[in-house]
Amino acid sequence: MLLQSILATDCGSTTTKAILIELVNGEYRLRFRGEAPTTVEAPFEDVTRGVLNAVMEVEELSNRTLLDGDDIITPQEGDKGVDIYVSTSSAGGGLQMMVAGVVKSMSGESAERAALGAGSIVMDVLASNDGRKPHEKITRIRQLRPDMILLSGGIDGGTIKHVVELAEILKAANPQPRLGSDYKLPVIYAGNNKASDEIKKTIGKQTDLTLVENIRPVLERENLNPSRDKIHDLFMEHVMQQAPGYKKLMTWTDAPIMPTPGAVGSLIEMIAAKEDIAVVGVDIGGATTDIFSVFQGQFNRTVSANLGMSYSICNVLAEATLENVLRWVPFEIDEKELTNRIGNKMIRPTTVPQSMDELKIEQAIAREALRLSFIQHKSFAVNLKGVQKERTISDAFEQSDSGLSLVDMMDLDLLVGSGGVLSHAPRREQSTRMLIDAFLPEGITQLAVDSIFMMPQLGVLANIDQQDLAENAHKAALEVFNKDCLVRLGTCIAPVGNAKPGALILTGELTMPDGSNQQVELQQGELLSIPADYEAIKATLRPTKGFDIGAGKSEEISTIIYGGVVGLVFDGRGRPFNLPVEKDERIEDLTAWSNAMNEYPLESAA
Amino acid sequence: MAHAYTPGLKVLQRTTVDKERRLPLKGDVLVAAGKTVAPDDTVARTYLPGNVQMVNIANLLNVDAQDIAEVMLVDIGSKIKEGELLAETKGLFGFFKSSAVSPVDCVLESISDITGQVVLREVPMPVEIDAYMNGKVASVLEEEGVVVSANAVFIQGIFGMGGENRGDLRVLVDNREDELTPEMIPDDVKGAVIVGGSFISLEAYKKAISVGAGAVVAGGFNYHDLKDILGYTLGVAITGSENLGTSLILTEGYGRIPMGNRCFELLQQHNGKFTSVNGSTQIRAGVIRPEIVIPLTADDSMDSRSDKDTTSGISAGSLVRVIRAPYFGDIGTVVSLPSELQQMESETMVRVAEVEIGGETLVIPRANLEMVETI
Repeated sequence: MLLQSILATDCGSTTTKAILIELVNGEYRLRFRGEAPTTVEAPFEDVTRGVLNAVMEVEELSNRTLLDGDDIITPQEGDKGVDIYVSTSSAGGGLQMMVAGVVKSMSGESAERAALGAGSIVMDVLASNDGRKPHEKITRIRQLRPDMILLSGGIDGGTIKHVVELAEILKAANPQPRLGSDYKLPVIYAGNNKASDEIKKTIGKQTDLTLVENIRPVLERENLNPSRDKIHDLFMEHVMQQAPGYKKLMTWTDAPIMPTPGAVGSLIEMIAAKEDIAVVGVDIGGATTDIFSVFQGQFNRTVSANLGMSYSICNVLAEATLENVLRWVPFEIDEKELTNRIGNKMIRPTTVPQSMDELKIEQAIAREALRLSFIQHKSFAVNLKGVQKERTISDAFEQSDSGLSLVDMMDLDLLVGSGGVLSHAPRREQSTRMLIDAFLPEGITQLAVDSIFMMPQLGVLANIDQQDLAENAHKAALEVFNKDCLVRLGTCIAPVGNAKPGALILTGELTMPDGSNQQVELQQGELLSIPADYEAIKATLRPTKGFDIGAGKSEEISTIIYGGVVGLVFDGRGRPFNLPVEKDERIEDLTAWSNAMNEYPLESAA
Repeated sequence: MAHAYTPGLKVLQRTTVDKERRLPLKGDVLVAAGKTVAPDDTVARTYLPGNVQMVNIANLLNVDAQDIAEVMLVDIGSKIKEGELLAETKGLFGFFKSSAVSPVDCVLESISDITGQVVLREVPMPVEIDAYMNGKVASVLEEEGVVVSANAVFIQGIFGMGGENRGDLRVLVDNREDELTPEMIPDDVKGAVIVGGSFISLEAYKKAISVGAGAVVAGGFNYHDLKDILGYTLGVAITGSENLGTSLILTEGYGRIPMGNRCFELLQQHNGKFTSVNGSTQIRAGVIRPEIVIPLTADDSMDSRSDKDTTSGISAGSLVRVIRAPYFGDIGTVVSLPSELQQMESETMVRVAEVEIGGETLVIPRANLEMVETI
């Protein structure tokens, strides 16, 4: 079915965002967007109210009728209504899960990966070997009240004792669902198939138990998709049914409602697969930071639950330390004054930076929140994959934190940022700097931000699998992602290595789209910005002795690179990157880098 | 007329305060609707299921899990005393027996022939809920609790720590700009809710704890001193379960910020009255702010002034407080609310208000303003 128009909403915990996509001259484009406060909580307690308000804003802006009273008109009739309506949701705290596995670093880790991949927040990972006594585990389960539990453990046909022990702990704890007490807590069992009968016997009556294929059928193979799919099903069947207004919302949508991070993750997976590239996506919010990555075709997602820019801003300070936050602040500030300011942002989370100093402080904290979240991501995204893949026995024993991280910054092709502090920074140069400073890309990496955070809506579109809709919906997701969703910032070129300050570390020639040539000379400690639009630029880059730009130490590269709204950024600050320890020198460097990038108004740089 | 919504904190001189007093599980409600209650009166009671102990009999007795039934001496559902035999092997000719005893008083809940474990449930733990404040039982929530209602002064703080507390209100400063210093805190404020002005230092708060004050109310406190009290850096503003003895309620925020005028006046006016406070704070979806409740008695003169609903929105003429640097803590009057987005010094484009502060008209993001009392 040819889709002329698509309406998609994302019901976030505070704001519901609606976008209208239309087929214009044979291609799908974002036409209008509207937003309204989410209405899950009192006094409304009906999510559809916020959806209708957001859609009404789109109606007003587009000057076309989308609603008939309290109904979205589908399919489109003349210029009224839209062909399909889809939605994602993270309202009411999103999907909150607890997972359990026999060995924390094996089935526990696989279960966590499945739950995170499905878009949930993992409240705790329970394991036979997690060091807690049974009564401590039971107390913890009772306290948590998750939406759903994923229980795994044991390879198929192996010993059943340990996984049944976990089930006995669950039974003794008798966990209650978070939303309402008039239904049984959904539990997914994805462990040793030989234990299925015992698991049913142990918790079958007390919980709403579903059995799926083992998440780890043999030691060296992980099988996450059956669990992930079941989590999505149960999210729709149980969790969404309990949230205020969702029963109604589910009847409106033409495809299942997805948890917001699940939708974003699947979009990033699709982009990476389609273009055969390595991608990192980050969404930094008020309370949490989500990181998604695809390296070597393997998808991973992590949620840093308490690293965010408002509700949990003080936790960034606590985890990063004041010293690490201060190192990004390009002026002197009293420490007591700074911590009080950050504390006040936590207790009044909706305030915005009015002065330039406030903005710089906020962006300093963002760098640390992103850096810490990425460290967590790298330690979790180890050499295992989400779909079935053979691994050798020797690999299987390396799958804990000590496992080799899949994240290789030299391989990274595209880094996408989203979330208020990145998407709404007054200057795109600021987003660029925050991404580079926090993620420290190596070699050649494209940078982008999600202009208005529409990845969730595009993700749910990319997931439509009804035959008559799928092809056009997927096309729409990709086209809008490339043309309207991403703001291409440019490309970061960062040679790996270190030399004395001022030493030449890279030379190069750029053939710009207009045919003109430009020479580049990059020195150690320097940040160089060259304006260039998002067009193909022929580049020949020659790192000096000992430096690597992607082809190996001292090896030249000839390739095509792209500019963007910021352009090309040559980062000569070295990898690994270290800021000067001495304060005056540090402030001098920070100011020089800001000025080189036009990051802040010149007169306000200290 | 243009107006903007901003979540102000409630400072109400007379309102009906309804407090839901609900058990964590279903149980017994001990008071009837209409009954007058005092803060310490128990209004509902229940029993939480006892803690669970798991004992691996198969391991202890060195028997196979599937043979566990043969060694068990007690049946499921049996009440067992601490030290009582749970299981015993037959031994060899009656000798060399292995046995397992119960570590606690409990009921045997289950026996597993797969894991060889038994689950022991300790005796249920009683949980009682009190009335929290002087008032009347407005309604009974069948098997769950009650709603206690009172005519009261109701003040919300911006941040607090420590849970519920109650005591006589003691205002220890003369005006709202004054810092509450250790010397100002006398030794006879045990159990009292003491009030300072703009600031309380760590030393003064420690003094309040040492003399056993029930709670401290002040304008501000230093964020980094929280660590000294809590033993950890407060990462997210979710509090209430700290065992501090002396709850802390900040009406304005972190730093030295004079307490709101009306808030201070109300506290002064009711100096000496019995007051209930709760420091619990949750700044997330479903926000919970700390509170001060001063139930009024029939003797309290009725004040004809009506309370302006500070949550309705800011409009021209509203008295507002700036809640972010560079004008943090300043109070002014809204002159106008331009509808166009305006660029700030930070180059952020925002909706703004023009606010007159100290004779000067300043342009401030609406998101950085909070409504304050106008009467």
